[in-house]
Amino acid sequence: MTHVPPPPQGGCRSAPVLKERGQREVFCGLTGIIWLHRKMQDAFFLVVGSRTCAHLLQSAAGVMIFAEPRFGTAILEETDLAGMADAHAELDREVARLLSRRPDIRQLFLVGSCPSEVIKLDLAKAAERLTQEHAPHVRVLNYSGSGIETTFTEGEDACLAAMVPVLPRTEARELLVAGALPDVVEDQMMGLLADLGIGPVRLLPARRVDEETAIGPNTVFALAQPFLGETHAALTRAGARHIPAPFPFGEEGTTAWLSAIAAEFGVSKDRFEEVTAAPRVRARKAVAAAAETLSGKSAFFFPDSQMEISLARFLTRECGMNATEVAQPYIRDALHGPELDLLPAGPRIAEGQDVDRQLDRALADRPDLTICGLGLANPLEAEGLTTKWAIELVFTPVHFYEQAGDLAALFARPLRRKERLRLEAAE
Amino acid sequence: MKLSVWTYEGPPHVGAMRVATAMKGLHYVLHAPQGDTYADLLFTMIERRNHRPPVTYTTFQARDLGADTAGLFKSACQEAVDRFAPEAIIVGASCTAELIQDDPGGLAETMGLSIPVIPLELPSYQRKECFGADETFYQLVKALARPQERTARPTVNILGPTALGFRHRDDVEEITGLLADMGIEVNVCAPLNARPADLARLPAAHANVLLYPETGESAARWLEKEHGQPYTKTVPIGVGATRDFIAEVQSLTGVTTQPDASRLRLPWWSASVDSTYLTGKRVFLFGDATHVMAMARVARDEMGFEVAGMGCYNREFARPLRKMAKDYGVEALITEDYLDVEAEIERLAPEMILGTQMERHIGKRLGIPCAVISSPVHVQDFPARYSPVMGFEGANVLFDTLVHPLVMGLEEHLLHMFREDFEFHDDAGPSHHGAKATPRVEQADTPEAPAGVTVTWLPAAEKELKKIPFFVRGKARRNTELFAAERGTSEISVDTLYEAKAHYAR
Repeated sequence: MTHVPPPPQGGCRSAPVLKERGQREVFCGLTGIIWLHRKMQDAFFLVVGSRTCAHLLQSAAGVMIFAEPRFGTAILEETDLAGMADAHAELDREVARLLSRRPDIRQLFLVGSCPSEVIKLDLAKAAERLTQEHAPHVRVLNYSGSGIETTFTEGEDACLAAMVPVLPRTEARELLVAGALPDVVEDQMMGLLADLGIGPVRLLPARRVDEETAIGPNTVFALAQPFLGETHAALTRAGARHIPAPFPFGEEGTTAWLSAIAAEFGVSKDRFEEVTAAPRVRARKAVAAAAETLSGKSAFFFPDSQMEISLARFLTRECGMNATEVAQPYIRDALHGPELDLLPAGPRIAEGQDVDRQLDRALADRPDLTICGLGLANPLEAEGLTTKWAIELVFTPVHFYEQAGDLAALFARPLRRKERLRLEAAE
Repeated sequence: MKLSVWTYEGPPHVGAMRVATAMKGLHYVLHAPQGDTYADLLFTMIERRNHRPPVTYTTFQARDLGADTAGLFKSACQEAVDRFAPEAIIVGASCTAELIQDDPGGLAETMGLSIPVIPLELPSYQRKECFGADETFYQLVKALARPQERTARPTVNILGPTALGFRHRDDVEEITGLLADMGIEVNVCAPLNARPADLARLPAAHANVLLYPETGESAARWLEKEHGQPYTKTVPIGVGATRDFIAEVQSLTGVTTQPDASRLRLPWWSASVDSTYLTGKRVFLFGDATHVMAMARVARDEMGFEVAGMGCYNREFARPLRKMAKDYGVEALITEDYLDVEAEIERLAPEMILGTQMERHIGKRLGIPCAVISSPVHVQDFPARYSPVMGFEGANVLFDTLVHPLVMGLEEHLLHMFREDFEFHDDAGPSHHGAKATPRVEQADTPEAPAGVTVTWLPAAEKELKKIPFFVRGKARRNTELFAAERGTSEISVDTLYEAKAHYAR
């Protein structure tokens, strides 16, 4: 099988990790609703929270793109905080009203928030009750996207993990791929796996509730996203076995990811070469165009999407960049170990955040490119740094071969722009 | 519990952030969980600010809840004071921290800090963003303003402008210039660009100019009561209101100088013949009460539009808005639910909306042009150019703002002359808008009989209706149906259409 070699001077898996605890400049897990509701076309996400939750979703979504989006917030009011029984009745009423107006909804997620967690509103109980009430047409599940428990992409993780226990059981040997991908990317992935002769392939999340994703002792699963720690645990508990691999970012990542699955399914070396040779060449060619801009430049990653280690691996190995700091909200060896093995030794690896201290380090490093959240980007630009918003990496199709060039270009664009602009007098 | 999809206002602590971010030398220590930092991007992205808002979030997590969140608050507070060396701090809780009842104000008081600590009580589950800003500014003024002599020369304070406000930056510049023209100096402008030390000097002014009642009225009232400073009640948006404002400032300060109005163009632009086509355009207004009320006057009296409806999302100002709506002969819509606003716009089928970013989206869906006149705002409401809405230049800006979304005057005449010509047809859209404008969604156009009456359009009449330019077709259809219904006619023929046209002719 095609081998992705570790770096000559060793990787980062055993490097010391700088663990920080302080102010975090990240979104909470509710943010995931913005892409999850596009992915699951018959799902509604009902946040049980405060005006702050509603305002976050609105602000993170940028503008109100959808007339009546398939998400909303049941805003807790003073009266709900006074007595618990009341809050459940209120929730039942709001859900009934919502479902009667939206017959297209087949699955409803009750999404816990900071306030609902703090007042210990039992949404699991509510979901059970509401499932009985609205079965069989609507399935009601719950998960927490609260900031006290989840960081940004962990919201998707919590959502997918909540779906695992209600998946139908199967004895069949199937591949399950977990992680929400844009449809165009998902179709490419399915095409590659089909060409390799691997199947049946099931998806979590499926686009609609009645699609045939099932799980059992003969299920093997791959993760398409590096932030699915709880989903990994839930799938393992359900009897499925994980295929550990680097994540499918860039030509190398995609090859390593496919290669691990191909090995599991006994795909021959020739077949693998035949299927991947052409797209690999295309991907390398597309990456090379952006790498001209990126090569030799330094990068600094603020913790945000949990994709930082994977992206640092891509940028250093395939685009010729060097990383000064790679920070992630959380690092889990089962998921990120294979990536850290490939990431050339050198950068500070950090977990968690104390944003003021980290800003001090970024300003001292003065990296050529800083990958950070929207709250920090303009202030850092004003300090003369060049930045890439991390949230775009979650919203844009960046996985697998055909997007490898786009992924590299996302990082090259701010640098190219800076080179292009002439905002001073000629003399 | 209330289901909400999009909201006009954020939570009250975001209002406090608007005050803190507007000021200099002030820091806000906010007891809040991870994730509440999203609010930073409102300022750094939408307003393109080049600094982080001066806010420290304590970032407590689930595992801290059983332990020492109060200790976490104290250490975050101490670190913020050490790192940022503010002249004063405000401390408070976001919605989640309010539930754990750590009392940030009390905690900060015990820390023996050498700077003023102003505690904020902002009930997250009852109140909203405007209240948060107004209350924060009021608490700051109450804590910091010091009794003192009035200045020798006539001076005023400008109250209310905040970060993330609709055109606050340019309004302040315009009104400062207008006052300077009158020989009146601005003693302090706050919160925008003020330091805590400036708030101490507020009582030195002879009067207060309250530009934004939503965010500055409580402070203005307190200064009147406590320091005997009268404040202006007119918001100088539009020509008439600016003239009234000048008269009010003159009466409060005793100054008689008139400001230079030579750059004021709105009156002639509106009187010139090309503007004839603006006559009687039906507009619907929605936003914060102050901007809506001011813009209703501009729309009716200075543009010659017809106000078809108006409303606001901030209930605190429902009473004056209701009163004005009554004077204008329309029903006021007071709601925080944008679906109600959308339904009302669909029902009224106005020719233009003057609203917020929410109404701009509603307008896009319904194919009705919209000019943004109020918060909530988006990045495009922070233009690079100087673009006030207050004072004389503000009036000029408003003329352009209100005319731009419409089909141009001469072009409208051409559309009338060459109706359904192969080049001048409905779907061509305004020619100055570059890309082909979205064709008007036929929604406002679908036959909709008044309740209880069945009115049928005969095919010939339906065809004739199509020849009427799209921007008046909705009105023609509605008027004809109303006309038919009033006369008990169940079928609309070409004759009915033209009889109705004659009946409603102006």
